[in-house]
Amino acid sequence: MARVVVDVMLKPEILDPQGQAVLGALTRLGHSDIASVRQGKRFEIVLDAAPDAATLDQIAGTLLANTVIEDYTIRVEES
Amino acid sequence: MSARIGVVTFPGSLDDQDAARAVRIAGAESVSLWHGDADLKGVDAVVLPGGFSYGDYLRCGAIARFAPVMQTIIDAARGGMPVLGICNGFQVLCESHLLPGALIRNDVRKFVCRDQWLRVESANTAWTSDYDEGQEILIPLKNGEGGFVADQRTLDELEGEGRVVFRYLHDNPNGSYRDIAGITNDRGNVVGLMPHPEHAVEQLTGPSLDGLGFFSSVISQLVDA
Repeated sequence: MARVVVDVMLKPEILDPQGQAVLGALTRLGHSDIASVRQGKRFEIVLDAAPDAATLDQIAGTLLANTVIEDYTIRVEES
Repeated sequence: MSARIGVVTFPGSLDDQDAARAVRIAGAESVSLWHGDADLKGVDAVVLPGGFSYGDYLRCGAIARFAPVMQTIIDAARGGMPVLGICNGFQVLCESHLLPGALIRNDVRKFVCRDQWLRVESANTAWTSDYDEGQEILIPLKNGEGGFVADQRTLDELEGEGRVVFRYLHDNPNGSYRDIAGITNDRGNVVGLMPHPEHAVEQLTGPSLDGLGFFSSVISQLVDA
């Protein structure tokens, strides 16, 4: 079996209100030294065998991420 | 024969009945379209209504974009058929790449529900020809993820080509870049906006009748065609 992990993050120039809300809450909890928080998504996909890079790119770039506003990274973990 | 305008229902659509009603009040025949059925039943135009298609899972509109009905609508829109995306429908159009940019969470981090003044920036689309450029209209707005974003080049292109169709007046409710409330494609047949014209078509329930012009515009285009 292969496990593929795709991390999706808003591009740096796109405002992240969720991250800002988390930062605000952390600050209220006393963590006054945090400069910024960005929130993203992590997808864990399990397959019989790891697909080729082009297929993974298609999966991530077509559905998992909207490349207008998001960047993604793909990591294949064989097990 | 009156124009036939399809209204798509996705799982989680909210405003499909209101959109169909607005179509009828404007004088056209409304035709129900189902997300799982690629058949457009011979309609002349399509409205993608507001709501939370597929629960807004993944991203708003991201899963709806791959519904069977959308594959046919995307082809028809590229062929020139008028398509209006309202709120979630706008998000679906952006995810489908029929319109550029994307909608992200409101900068105010709250769901905003209020009557909103807009300025009509372009009467040169299938859905706005009955308005005057510069006309100010009041229609309801209700969204949590209505912040329109795009890169600077795309924004400049939209402005330069007259494809910004509506702008928020007085107070930008959601952080949309350049106060953009709605845009169109280069042919002017596809229009998307976050506010809800279908909720402003009769005195009893709306803040105005300002939304009627969307539907009367497309009907007169179809009759002329």
